[in-house]
Amino acid sequence: MNAIRDVLRNNARQYGMVIALAVIMILFQILTGGLLLRPLNITNLIMQNSYVVILAIGMMLVIITGHIDLSVGSVVAFVGAVSAILLTGWGLPMPVVVPLALVLGALIGAWQGFWIAYVRIPAFIVTLAGMLVFRGATMIVLGGESVGPLPRSLRGLASGFVPDVADIGLHVLTLAIGVLAAAALVWVQWRTRARNAHYGLPVASLQLTMAKSVATALVVMVFSYTLAVYSGIPVVGLLLAVLIVGYSFVMNSTTTGRHVYAVGGSEKAAMLSGVRTQRTTFWVFVNMGVLSALAGLVFTARLNAATPRAGTMFELDAIAAAFIGGASATGGVGTVIGAVVGALVMGVMNNGMSLIGLGVDWQQTIKGLVLLVAVAFDIYSKKRIGFGRSRAAVRSTSDSPPSEQTQEHPTEPARSPSGI
Amino acid sequence: MSDLILQMRGIGKEFPGVKALEDVDLRVARGEIRALMGENGAGKSTLMKVLSGVYPRGDYTGDILVDGEVCAFSSIRDSERAGIVIIHQELALIPQLSIAENIFLGNEQTGPGGVIDWGRTIGAARTLLRRVGLEEDPTIPVSSLSVGKQQLVEIAKALSKEVRLLILDEPTSALNEAESDNLLELLLDLKAQGITAILISHKLGEVTRVADTITVLRDGRCIETMAMAAGAVDEDRIIRGMVGRDLDHRYPEHTADIGEVRFEVRDWTVDHPTQAGRRVVDQAGLQIRRGEIVGLAGLMGAGRTEFAMSVFGRSYGRYVGGRVLKDGKEIHLRNVGDAIANGIAYVPEDRKELGLILDEDIRRNLTLAGLRRLSRRSVIDPAREAVAAEEMRGRMGVKSRDIFQATGDLSGGNQQKVVLGKWLFAEPDLLILDEPTRGIDVGAKYEIYVIVQRLAAQGASVLLISSELPELLGICDRVYAMCEGRITGEVPRAEATQESLMKLMTMTKA
Repeated sequence: MNAIRDVLRNNARQYGMVIALAVIMILFQILTGGLLLRPLNITNLIMQNSYVVILAIGMMLVIITGHIDLSVGSVVAFVGAVSAILLTGWGLPMPVVVPLALVLGALIGAWQGFWIAYVRIPAFIVTLAGMLVFRGATMIVLGGESVGPLPRSLRGLASGFVPDVADIGLHVLTLAIGVLAAAALVWVQWRTRARNAHYGLPVASLQLTMAKSVATALVVMVFSYTLAVYSGIPVVGLLLAVLIVGYSFVMNSTTTGRHVYAVGGSEKAAMLSGVRTQRTTFWVFVNMGVLSALAGLVFTARLNAATPRAGTMFELDAIAAAFIGGASATGGVGTVIGAVVGALVMGVMNNGMSLIGLGVDWQQTIKGLVLLVAVAFDIYSKKRIGFGRSRAAVRSTSDSPPSEQTQEHPTEPARSPSGI
Repeated sequence: MSDLILQMRGIGKEFPGVKALEDVDLRVARGEIRALMGENGAGKSTLMKVLSGVYPRGDYTGDILVDGEVCAFSSIRDSERAGIVIIHQELALIPQLSIAENIFLGNEQTGPGGVIDWGRTIGAARTLLRRVGLEEDPTIPVSSLSVGKQQLVEIAKALSKEVRLLILDEPTSALNEAESDNLLELLLDLKAQGITAILISHKLGEVTRVADTITVLRDGRCIETMAMAAGAVDEDRIIRGMVGRDLDHRYPEHTADIGEVRFEVRDWTVDHPTQAGRRVVDQAGLQIRRGEIVGLAGLMGAGRTEFAMSVFGRSYGRYVGGRVLKDGKEIHLRNVGDAIANGIAYVPEDRKELGLILDEDIRRNLTLAGLRRLSRRSVIDPAREAVAAEEMRGRMGVKSRDIFQATGDLSGGNQQKVVLGKWLFAEPDLLILDEPTRGIDVGAKYEIYVIVQRLAAQGASVLLISSELPELLGICDRVYAMCEGRITGEVPRAEATQESLMKLMTMTKA
């Protein structure tokens, strides 16, 4: 029992968000009379929110380094517009356009990263400028009109499904992929445990690991079955899975990821530890540009047109997702999975509130409150962990040295990202 | 001593899992200077926070009596109204505001309708500045003052609140010798004006100089209170009280095994990063041998930190000229990565800002500079990392729950051990230590000396920058002195005295 409590306590923040997501899902499942978790709607959820998830992953990295990116919505629109023109106006094939679009995104990211990392202009200002510049550029490129429809090849990116191997009314390949994914996850769990045991590190009990594996496998299988009942795995779903796994790996297990956290935690300390801080910041923004371009492609494909107003407010969705998912406004804290969960919280609420027929007016209001409550809860729970069961009413003075007793750094008055 | 300004009775304060204070009694007589000493984590600052209302009533147990009456402060404002003002180690001034604005911050001199009466504000500020002996125009911004002068502004601010009991938390830790002297004189001056003071300090010298009585805390308890006048108090007795054991030697014995010249810096010249043409390091040069601990003495502003940081991969200032040689061959250190690759490590002076990432855990801090050794094709092996971090934590004697505790939660001494551990993990050939024992208690200091000497015994070269001359004389094999960016001399250990070093440290250009 102690082991379980320890696991829960040490990961309270991570689990907190997952539990919040589960609660919201159950709530809307009831409110919509079971519509929310229908296979059709699950598939829709993935497709509707794919671009927000993509942006949220990139935004999480940006926020971890202690910056912010306000330009992503405009970059989505701009890359979408250029791609649409290349596809329809110039008649270039999709395999050429997609790499070009991603390179364009990288260049935009490099442009902004240059000003932020090397000239040291606050990201808030650089990307605010970017927001205006690329929105304007979109309108120039499109001449104020929508461009569409788009060729089938691109549309498949947003609305296509992974084809099946055999037709028996259930998507066989999806189930197969589900089994493989479950097996892989369970394997990783056990390998980590064996490794830790090998090095003499503390490991969870056999029963607990077993229970965790069963739970993991069950969740993955139920999810893939749900997808299989409808049309199988959406192409974007596969894309998201690759991004989530890839970015989680980079952030958790590579020196690159460690450097990103270090730069956000304390840029000077990171620099004096041999981290190339400017280069790290620069590449984080290049990465954001590429992911914005990818989101732009997916969104344009889904809309089947490039429009001058595409992607408006996407930056705010991505930023909200990152903060709901546990990012710290001072940088240095946050996880890729957190960003995804945050994006799903927003997505499920959008979807659920639309299903029960709530107007956009109310949706906005409620989403705003949820963002505030989520972050407030996060800060509250952090305090609880730090101070145990004692009342969290200790007035923390920011000038008290943390040398004499435990201090709560995350709750100090927040240094806002890039000097907002 | 019947006239007590302050009585604290049976004070207890608990943090989850830790008893920070337990049944502490403190009685302070009116008009005395009381020194509060103890190791880091002994509870000095916590006790003062209880007194000044940072921890409101109900958060601690016991009673506080001011002038014989029980007081219940629920905020700093309350305690200030009773004439108790605390000046924290990290100054609470707003750099962009003027001296006068800072002095009356939160206590503005207003005329009718809440409008600030600038004439009165500046006039009163001028009077207060005269009282603390600061000859500055009260309308200039605080950021243009040195730390020592800022400290005086803090005291002026306390005086403006009609302070009767002034609490100073390590006021001289960031000051140079002259500024410290000045401050201590001021304390004696204020005492003559009837202001009682409680001085928290690690520096035995200054305590024995100004304090009337000394109270020693250890592990949250009051160990003893000694009256200086009795004449029976000496530094050894205070140290004994602080660490609970005899410290026969404040510096560990060590026999150096010194080899050939390992590192050499020639004609190192560096300009200020933003003020063009301001020379900070001027043709400085030195040699460090294998297994040797070399000291670098200098007053504040001598350019020691600037020298070290610019050598460490040009992480300070604008490089003008100079060469670094390792084993007689020139090496090019264009960034910190180059310096690390060439076996150089730098433990910075400001461990919280520059040494650690406070949000991250001990493990990640320990391995940050040596990730290359734990990874293959830049993929980190988490289990190997945990093992390496645990091993280093043990080797350094870091007191913590485990390696997953955030470094921001550690005491100063333990934080310094983590920074040191981080660089030992990188297995340096040259370890540059910049004020490694500042703000650290005697016990932890000793442990750090032992670690450094062990490293030297294994053949590494060490460059130790310190403002404490006894420390340099205690553990260095050779000491260079620096003044105004130049190396003004070099003294072997056998010939070095505090006086001879001080002479070199103050040898300005004619």
